[in-house]
Amino acid sequence: MLTLEKIVLRQESFHLTADWSVNRGARVALIGPSGAGKSSLLNAIAGFFAPASGRILWQGADVTQMAPGARPFTILFQDQNLFPHLTLAQNLGLGLSPRLQLSQDQRAAVEQALARVGLAGMGAQKPAQLSGGQQSRAALARALLRARPVLLLDEPFAALGPALKIDMLDLVDEVARLTDATVLMVTHDPADARRFADKTVLVADGVAQAPVATAELFANPPAALQAYLG
Amino acid sequence: MANRPVEIRPALGLALFIAALILGSAAMLLLRAESWRLAPADWSALRFTVLQAALSSLVSATLAIPLARALHRRRFRGRSLLTRLLAAPFVLPVVVAVLGILAVFGRSGPVNAALAALGLPPLSIFGLHGVVLANVFFNLPLATRMLLHGWQAIPAERFRLAAALSMPQSAQFRHLELPMLRAQMPGILTTIFLICLASFAIALTLGGGPKASTLELAIYQALRFDFDLGRAALLALIQFALCAGVTIAAARLSLRQGFGAGLDRAAPLPAPDGWRAPLDAAVITAAVLFLGAPLLAVIAQGLPGLTHLPPGLWQAALRSLVVALVSALLATVAALTLAQAAARRPALWIDLAAMLPLSASGLVLGTGLFLMLHRFVPPAQMALPVTMLVNATLTLPYLYRLILPEARQVVADYDRLTQSLGLPAVSALRFVILPRLSRPLGYGAGIAAALSMGDLGVIALIADGNGATLPLLVQHLIGAYRMEQAAAASLVLIGLSFGLFWMFDRIGGWNADA
Amino acid sequence: MDFSIPDHFRRTMERLMKRHLLAAGLLTIATSALAETPVLTVLTYDSFTSEWGPGPAIKAGFEETCGCTVNFVTAGDGAAVLARLKLEGATTDADVVVGLDTNLTADAAPLFAPIAATPNTLPVPFADARFVPFDWGWFAFVYDNTKLTTPPKSFEELAASNLKIVIEDPRSSTPGLGLLMWVKAAYGSRAPQIWADLADNIVTVTPGWSEAYGMFLQGEADMVLSYTTSPAYHLIAEKDASKSAALFDEGHYLQVEVAGKVASTDQPALADAFLTYLTSDAAQTALITTNWMYPANMPAAGLPAGFETLIQPGKSLLLTADEAQSLRAPAIEEWQTALSK
Repeated sequence: MLTLEKIVLRQESFHLTADWSVNRGARVALIGPSGAGKSSLLNAIAGFFAPASGRILWQGADVTQMAPGARPFTILFQDQNLFPHLTLAQNLGLGLSPRLQLSQDQRAAVEQALARVGLAGMGAQKPAQLSGGQQSRAALARALLRARPVLLLDEPFAALGPALKIDMLDLVDEVARLTDATVLMVTHDPADARRFADKTVLVADGVAQAPVATAELFANPPAALQAYLG
Repeated sequence: MANRPVEIRPALGLALFIAALILGSAAMLLLRAESWRLAPADWSALRFTVLQAALSSLVSATLAIPLARALHRRRFRGRSLLTRLLAAPFVLPVVVAVLGILAVFGRSGPVNAALAALGLPPLSIFGLHGVVLANVFFNLPLATRMLLHGWQAIPAERFRLAAALSMPQSAQFRHLELPMLRAQMPGILTTIFLICLASFAIALTLGGGPKASTLELAIYQALRFDFDLGRAALLALIQFALCAGVTIAAARLSLRQGFGAGLDRAAPLPAPDGWRAPLDAAVITAAVLFLGAPLLAVIAQGLPGLTHLPPGLWQAALRSLVVALVSALLATVAALTLAQAAARRPALWIDLAAMLPLSASGLVLGTGLFLMLHRFVPPAQMALPVTMLVNATLTLPYLYRLILPEARQVVADYDRLTQSLGLPAVSALRFVILPRLSRPLGYGAGIAAALSMGDLGVIALIADGNGATLPLLVQHLIGAYRMEQAAAASLVLIGLSFGLFWMFDRIGGWNADA
Repeated sequence: MDFSIPDHFRRTMERLMKRHLLAAGLLTIATSALAETPVLTVLTYDSFTSEWGPGPAIKAGFEETCGCTVNFVTAGDGAAVLARLKLEGATTDADVVVGLDTNLTADAAPLFAPIAATPNTLPVPFADARFVPFDWGWFAFVYDNTKLTTPPKSFEELAASNLKIVIEDPRSSTPGLGLLMWVKAAYGSRAPQIWADLADNIVTVTPGWSEAYGMFLQGEADMVLSYTTSPAYHLIAEKDASKSAALFDEGHYLQVEVAGKVASTDQPALADAFLTYLTSDAAQTALITTNWMYPANMPAAGLPAGFETLIQPGKSLLLTADEAQSLRAPAIEEWQTALSK
């Protein structure tokens, strides 16, 4: 279980609170108007934004003070998910071994992960040689390799077309199933939430509400969500 | 965003060491001083020093804008060769370069020959304008290269976006290039101002008389003729204060630039045509002539002597190479340490520590170290290590300035990813920082090595008599009237300096492309 | 071309490793190995010890008879040598200092021991309790006799002419200081006026002799401040007779280069022997065509062919060391004021 215990985020005029949990294996969407703090909350969970107060717990253990890489989470950013000067295989390999000294098995695992996301045999390519969709796939392949129990997605597919995005969401689902991961995904598109997430967190007016079932939320949208959906 | 604690202890230790070295050397002089008084002429020296440095930095930086812009957006045969050759004036030993400049702009040079052919009065190179001209010759390439890095740091994607929006050139300039210039200019102006602050051979040789006295000359005089250690230390402290003031002012003016990252796509940009094409061509041609002609003159003077190189040349060359390589290594490690710390957590003390050496007089530093060490180490054994240390310290600011903007970019673009992967420091250095920074690192190390070949005047006081470095050999040859051999040895010196620079720059470039 | 590069590289590398990299770390452990042969440490300016300087011949010549090793330690020039000696103070290893000139000796005197007088053939009477002259030269303006047929005969004529000259800065070079003393010795209180009149002839003032002479050879100026002996180098070593020195009626100032025994020396006998050797025929002969100066003690063989073509000033000027010392600061200020207008 991922628990946000009385989390308060504060930076200049920005202010956001969150106090809730999600169960292991859940698929949660974070939705709300831009500037409300969806990304900030995700970054706080990932360890890039120290909360002013409150704790972040995974399976009861406090991770609030841990370095980002030490947390049992993997995050995909909006962009810059791959180092442009490294090949795909190296980019993925860094997820397994920080010194890039991969064993035979690990090298096979990298190949396998690439194949799993549809990039079989492209390990020697550099990110610039790939399309946007392929880059997202490569980043997902690394998430697959790292197999951390929580996968945080900060709108990594925002730049992709609708069909491609659907493919990606399916791929995320598959990766999450394979690694038995809990997924928190920031999105601004209700369709993403409906398609992918069983629970949705509404982030608006300085509060990240406790997650509720997605279908229910959209059936009876609260005022803040109504305003956002228009 | 990344408000996690950052490891700054190495940078802090290094900054303290630099401060101790520079302020400590001045303090050593003050301790040995018998009186602490400035001469009346020192104040006019201060005025002239600031004036020539301000003019030189302004002219160099202004001329660098059209040049860097033209070089950035045009692709032509020999372009990469030209951008590399741009470093040549900067790595030239001052005495050699001044003779090259004189050969072109002097009384018997082609410029005055052309003027005479047109029936115009001759142009004298001596005076404030000559000092500025020489300083521009040395620093225009540096400014251009720094700006070129700035332009390269604007991702091609942004230019493509601008093209897609059919932004006119003026709007593209305002939205993409102007912010970059505003971010880069304070640093460039400061760096060149500070370089010119401490240059004394140029001002003295081309200044035309004692009106053109600089602080560094006053230090030289105080130390060597008057043996007035107190005055030398006071003058050195004035230079430090000036440097610190300018560095702080520049830090206030500096704006951060945030273009976001691109994907290293080296797609050539569509360059504007129409009247801008010939204009760019003219700018590049003028720069090649201005920077290339004195260089050619130096080469032409050196060629005849190559057939009978003086004995001892290769030993001197080897000594110089060892000095240059060690100095460059030390300077690069130090600059990277400071730039990384500053990129993660901007702090004035890091800027100050990195820029302070620019104001340090090599002579004061050398003398201070000599005073500190001579009781413990025989002077003869001190010469090379002290030279290496002083060279590394004096070249640190150039490297720092070159690395910092890109180090910031790397932190902005890849620090979160690096942290989220939990890469330990060594891996981050090896797989992220070094490859991402290889271009400025290679260039910077090349500059440091080449400048260290030129010796920076440190060795004069503490040479050990057992063998000269190459610049000293050149001095000896001139002193023995052997002008032709001196010119040839200078040519070897230039060749080696440039070879070192080229090698490091290539290593950096290879990594960046790999 | 020298093709034995690898050998040079190897040997130099070995020397570098031994002497500097290791020694810097291990400090002073190693010096005792040579203890059986006494070492005479000679502090001098660095062009003295270069391949083209007198150093190698003098070291070899003295070592033949002294049963000792001569170890040269160098600093940039005469002024730097003195600065270095003062910096080291009583801790200096130097036994002998070679290469001060009489403009510096008054400052340096307290650091030196009295020595026995040696004969000299200087054009003016010269005696100093602490310093032995080893060579000397007249300062003069050197010009290209193919371009300039009627050189000026005095500072006043020079100032009245349109000729362009390049001079050295008295604050950073010994010839520059020599020129200052020349004008002072010749004109006394009229010196500031002479400088003011010369201002429009002076193309530029360089930090040292090398820059000035280089600029003259490149054609930047009609005349350069150097020595009457400078044309001898071009004539003898380059077979080029186009350089001459202008003879001035008011006389020519002397640069007298001297050597002395450091007061704190632990090799007083060797130091005395070295100073005696320095004025011997062998050393004096070597000095003529390495330093391109006149010998302080004319050797039996006389001057080499070519020297007879040089100008012979009728009048030699030289301020005493004490006068030079007390005049230096005010003269520099006068000069600065006159040229800054």
